[in-house]
Amino acid sequence: MSTTEVKALPKLATVWLDGCSGCHMSLLDMDHRLLTLLEKVDLVYSPLVDQKHFPDDVDITLVEGAVSSESDLEKILMVRRHTKILVSLGDCAVTANVPSLRNPLGVNAILERVSNGGLPKQPDTVPLLCAHARPVHTVVKVDLYVPGCPPSADTIHTVLTELLAEKTPDLHGITRFGL
Amino acid sequence: MRVVTLKINDQEMSGREDEDILHVAREHGIEIPTLCQLDGISEWGGCRLCLVEIEGSAKLSAACVTKVSEGMVVNTESERLSGYRKTIVEMLFTEGNHICSVCVSNNNCELQDMSSDLKIDHISLPYRYPARTVDASHDLFIFDANRCILCTRCVRVCDQVEGAHTWDIAGRGIQSQLISDLHQPWGESDSCTSCGKCVEACPTGALFEKGKAAGEMVKDPKFLVYLADMKAEKS
Repeated sequence: MSTTEVKALPKLATVWLDGCSGCHMSLLDMDHRLLTLLEKVDLVYSPLVDQKHFPDDVDITLVEGAVSSESDLEKILMVRRHTKILVSLGDCAVTANVPSLRNPLGVNAILERVSNGGLPKQPDTVPLLCAHARPVHTVVKVDLYVPGCPPSADTIHTVLTELLAEKTPDLHGITRFGL
Repeated sequence: MRVVTLKINDQEMSGREDEDILHVAREHGIEIPTLCQLDGISEWGGCRLCLVEIEGSAKLSAACVTKVSEGMVVNTESERLSGYRKTIVEMLFTEGNHICSVCVSNNNCELQDMSSDLKIDHISLPYRYPARTVDASHDLFIFDANRCILCTRCVRVCDQVEGAHTWDIAGRGIQSQLISDLHQPWGESDSCTSCGKCVEACPTGALFEKGKAAGEMVKDPKFLVYLADMKAEKS
């Protein structure tokens, strides 16, 4: 073992709220570039790794999905407290996108239609829906917006490479709402 | 027709005195953002995206409805203008329900393009989530009010080119809405000729052809210019 102090790698987390997981699939679409990336960063928390608790001091967190339920809300508040750079990844996080289709209808109408009426029978295990599915930045401060449904693997690669080089990525012309 | 000389963005140019700032600027390669403007129908000045600064005037002027004049000095780009333009587009996003990823016009939408051109990467204003309707009563077309930005391009093309005047705007302010005939379902309209010009003129996915899935609705309203030219020659 080397006697010189090895500088700890920056910590990366990814979080999955109300989204289809497409943004995480796009992240995986980076393919072999993931291997190079993982030499520069420590993936400490993600639906893709087996880690139950969100660590205390994360450098970069990518958030997929809208804030739609009490559980999403609780989670994003906790994530924000423990993250330096919070990135809204994809249209659901940025605009609430498809989850927000329910917003003009109201929670009761949705529950009537999809779960045969009423509130969840087990509110402890089935989180209550918020009145609206909301973009992440309406709940906590967001440091970078990456629109796209989903943002391409190239876009996510640019975002992570630039952030790890302590630069602010310029995403104009690379990604946008929809796609 | 008299020709006048003017300056737009420090560039000397000339234009006919009956031309508006928007078209003279375009002829000289200067693009000013617009959503309600469409060649082939009358100018309306409603979307306010083409606001420009004119030296000597404290007010901003809509380039599409302001005629050029001798010695005019116009500025089409500034921090103030881009701030207003961004806010206008953000307000359009929050006023309706615009969900690009599942829209028939995804990647063929002027509102979506505009958000990208103006470097809007999120909406900072509160969303309204209005309850709006979808009218699928017509045999060929659908009107989704969630995606309507009230640009009135359909109203003008139906009235001025087709001569049917099926569409109009009812209500005022935030209550404004596009209606067919006397607020009847589109499919029951007596005046609609089913020509489809309104669909081609619509900048978003508000008016579209039945059977189109997400991203499949491609519009091309350029033929309206030929129709307008032919009409002008005839008269």
